[in-house]
Amino acid sequence: MSHDHSLNPETMPHNPEKATLEGRNKFLGLWFFLGGETVLFASLFGTYLALKNSTAGGVASQDIFGLGLVFLMTMLLLTSSLTSVYAMYHMKNNNFKKMQLWLGVTGLLGLTFLGCEIYEFAHYINDYDFTFRSSAFGSAFYTLVGFHGGHVLFGLCWLTALMIRNAKRGLNLYNAPKFYTFSLYWHFIDVVWVFIFTVVYLMGSVG
Amino acid sequence: MANNSNTSNLDSFQKQKNKDEMKKQLISFALMIGFTLIAFAIVASDVISDMFVVPVILLLAVIQVAFQFYYFMHMKDKDHEWPSIMIYGGVWAALLTIAGLVLVVWW
Repeated sequence: MSHDHSLNPETMPHNPEKATLEGRNKFLGLWFFLGGETVLFASLFGTYLALKNSTAGGVASQDIFGLGLVFLMTMLLLTSSLTSVYAMYHMKNNNFKKMQLWLGVTGLLGLTFLGCEIYEFAHYINDYDFTFRSSAFGSAFYTLVGFHGGHVLFGLCWLTALMIRNAKRGLNLYNAPKFYTFSLYWHFIDVVWVFIFTVVYLMGSVG
Repeated sequence: MANNSNTSNLDSFQKQKNKDEMKKQLISFALMIGFTLIAFAIVASDVISDMFVVPVILLLAVIQVAFQFYYFMHMKDKDHEWPSIMIYGGVWAALLTIAGLVLVVWW
């Protein structure tokens, strides 16, 4: 095998993201990172659950949460999870252009999600005077949901950098693991959101 | 790299395999959308008493996340022993963290 890691249909390994030692290390490293992220978000969820009724006489979760917007945001993020699966499907078929296209769709859906979240926060602050400093509930809510939104923003920056940096390189064994680890991270963002819409919004609407 | 067994042609067989895999992914996506719809519908419609709603939607969330991990993130595939150990290790610590924080405040 030559040291040229560029891919063509004749030498294409079945799993280009794990065909090199570096790729396998990146794969394991990202999973290790996700294990740590699980604990990080757990501490924020635990804090939120403990403090969600400490409203200091201000607005409570039942007064402000609207399920319509949350449902839209859930669909956006869940669909973006599927589009990144499509991107990895095209990566395994060595179709760089289609992979970039689906990654682009993933990014747009993520951006729309972030826009909805900013609108939601602005709505709470302007119409309900519900801020980070309103109550312990406010602090816990904005920290948890904001931290997730920060992860979406970081993912979007990561994706943009990957897509632009590799636009002219095409797919090879050096950058396939980079695209794959991004897709794992993006799925994990959706995993966290599943618990946010369940624990924060749905349970908050039940009372 | 002397071991050439993991590099072979991207032949029609492999393409078909990738296609079949994608079909499974689409089915899991449809199921995840279904679980989401059920969870929102239960809360919006008030058909189940509040006491049962919370465990039901939590269970739906756990099932949906399992699909996300095992299908979208490929934990069902071979070569995923270490990822499983790391994620389940994280989940274990996560459960302790949540239990600790919630119990400290509620008792």
